[in-house]
Amino acid sequence: MDLATTAPIAEPRSAAGGQPENQDQGERYYARFTLAQRYLHGFLAVTFLGLAMTGLTLRFSSAGWAVGLAHSAGGFGTVLFFHLFCAVVLTGAFLVHVANVVYRIVFKREYGLAWGPNSLVPNLKDIRDFVQQFRWFFFRGEKPKFGRYAYWDKFDYWAVFWGMVIIGFSGFAMWFAPFFARFIPGSWLNVALLIHGEEAILAVGFIFAIHFFNTHLRPENFPLDLVIFTGRQTEEELKRRHPEEYAALVAAGELEKLRVAPPPRWLCNFGRAFGATAISIGFVFLGLMIAAFLRE
Amino acid sequence: MNWSPAVVLPLVLAVRVMAASPSASAECLTCHDDKGANFKDSVHGSMACTDCHSTIRAYPHQNVAKVQCDTCHQDPVKGVSSSVHSQASPQACQGCHGDAHAILPATDAKSSVYPTNLPRTCGKCHGDAKLAKQHGLTQVYTEYMDSIHGFALTKDGLLVAASCSSCHGSHKILSKKDPASKTNIANIADTCGTCHAGPKQDYLAGIHGQGSTTGNTMAPVCTDCHTAHQITNVSTAAWQMKTTATCGKCHREQVETYRDTFHAQVSALGYIETAHCWDCHGFHDIRPPTDPKSTIAAANLKTTCGKCHSGVNAGFVSYQPHADRRNFHQFPLLFTSSVFMNMLLASVLGFFALHTLLWLNRSLAERRGKK
Repeated sequence: MDLATTAPIAEPRSAAGGQPENQDQGERYYARFTLAQRYLHGFLAVTFLGLAMTGLTLRFSSAGWAVGLAHSAGGFGTVLFFHLFCAVVLTGAFLVHVANVVYRIVFKREYGLAWGPNSLVPNLKDIRDFVQQFRWFFFRGEKPKFGRYAYWDKFDYWAVFWGMVIIGFSGFAMWFAPFFARFIPGSWLNVALLIHGEEAILAVGFIFAIHFFNTHLRPENFPLDLVIFTGRQTEEELKRRHPEEYAALVAAGELEKLRVAPPPRWLCNFGRAFGATAISIGFVFLGLMIAAFLRE
Repeated sequence: MNWSPAVVLPLVLAVRVMAASPSASAECLTCHDDKGANFKDSVHGSMACTDCHSTIRAYPHQNVAKVQCDTCHQDPVKGVSSSVHSQASPQACQGCHGDAHAILPATDAKSSVYPTNLPRTCGKCHGDAKLAKQHGLTQVYTEYMDSIHGFALTKDGLLVAASCSSCHGSHKILSKKDPASKTNIANIADTCGTCHAGPKQDYLAGIHGQGSTTGNTMAPVCTDCHTAHQITNVSTAAWQMKTTATCGKCHREQVETYRDTFHAQVSALGYIETAHCWDCHGFHDIRPPTDPKSTIAAANLKTTCGKCHSGVNAGFVSYQPHADRRNFHQFPLLFTSSVFMNMLLASVLGFFALHTLLWLNRSLAERRGKK
């Protein structure tokens, strides 16, 4: 191990961040997500759980667990309050994110965000990767060499993005119905409730089953992928999960610019606690939702 | 003739009994003193024994006939003999009025047929599970006693509350199937309206009352919504929470479409602070939307919705509180949205479920391979 290169990484962050995890000592860590991105995911996760718990209570209101939940929460007013509160926080986080992306693309001229290997915008390679992934599923080829974001990462992002637009608009239309009814016919309010609920069920089903598996629970990452909580991945993880990005970073000589200190132990434990809690709540509500569906 | 006392005493007694004076009754009491205990205080206290036991002329008695109450009480007895109680007992009168020698006026608070006591009197038979079963009757006694009428009358002693006889009559109680019965569906509104005049007036003006008076047997009468014996205080949330199901007994489709709304979701969670059927449609004088006086007539919607929602406008009230997403012809936009959303959900979740399973299978295979 080259001490000369590891020395500078014991940067301010490590000094302030406490003890690194023992097992990870000696591993090289590279930044994947900024602190702002990790906060965004955190806000998204917390408010999404809040919205899902309160929203499912309303959507499946005839189920016994929904009635029990509403009463133990202190009544329907409390359930609706938390739903609207989480909606406001999530809307705020969404708007800040959109403003930030627009600012970086338009004013900072970071066109790579909008198009290219590090962009979340789907391109032809994603289609090739997608086809290749299915070949791999059926033992007919190698695993595709993914870039910074795999096609399912992009689907995750855009599904949540458009989900928020649709659920958000329909939700605010119902919340401020008299105001919105000045511009739209009342029959659209009927449609608003329908798509608000259906799109939300899609989101809940997708996040609590598909996203949890794709990102955390699949055998390669089981039980949790901590990268969204620590913001860092090991060199091995970067090489294995994002081979194309790794190759490009090495070729451009920019890999070491991303070098960071190992995540402190408290941060890893925080990520584990947060992730385990979120997944547990998600699974419970996924089960309750499926049970209510089967009963309907 | 030997005027021995053994001959004279009965003769004297017989003559005095025939004279039918109160003092003659005193003679009766020398043997029948058990009958005299409460007789003086009874409604018949001023009468002589032989007024009722009119066939008794002498001692020892011969031809002791059954007392005929209808000698005086013609109408009540005629009523009972044509009622559902005609076969009840050979002594039908005493069944309700109690001991023949201690009958009190119905206005006496101790009378068995005084309003506050009447439910327990009727309950002697109608609260008996065996008897009820035998005659195919429901157990109305406990239901009534827990109802707002029963509670007000027997617990609080409010004489304005309906007792059994208020609705069923007293002597000529007829089966509800009999068109002349006070509880026949054609007469229920009048029966309840005896006390509840306002609701009756409203009811007759509404579509239910209109239907009922024009002979539509499907149209509900008071008891269809309020029940007959379990009538509850309508201002309790517990009763109001049941109203949707009550309306839904007939208006099935409307309740189905109501369930799709936010109103119904809040209600299903157990909260009353949301629109239930009657919040929008009213209750006794429910009118069709074509009636200008209807709460849901186009011109009145802003007022009706405005009871709960502030800032209502024309667009707002064009919301469809009973939109049916399965009905393309009436609600094409909603129907199309519903089909689209269902397809979207099925395809996205279905595809990714498959994707996930294939992935899991492949990853596990790779793991096994490594080992």
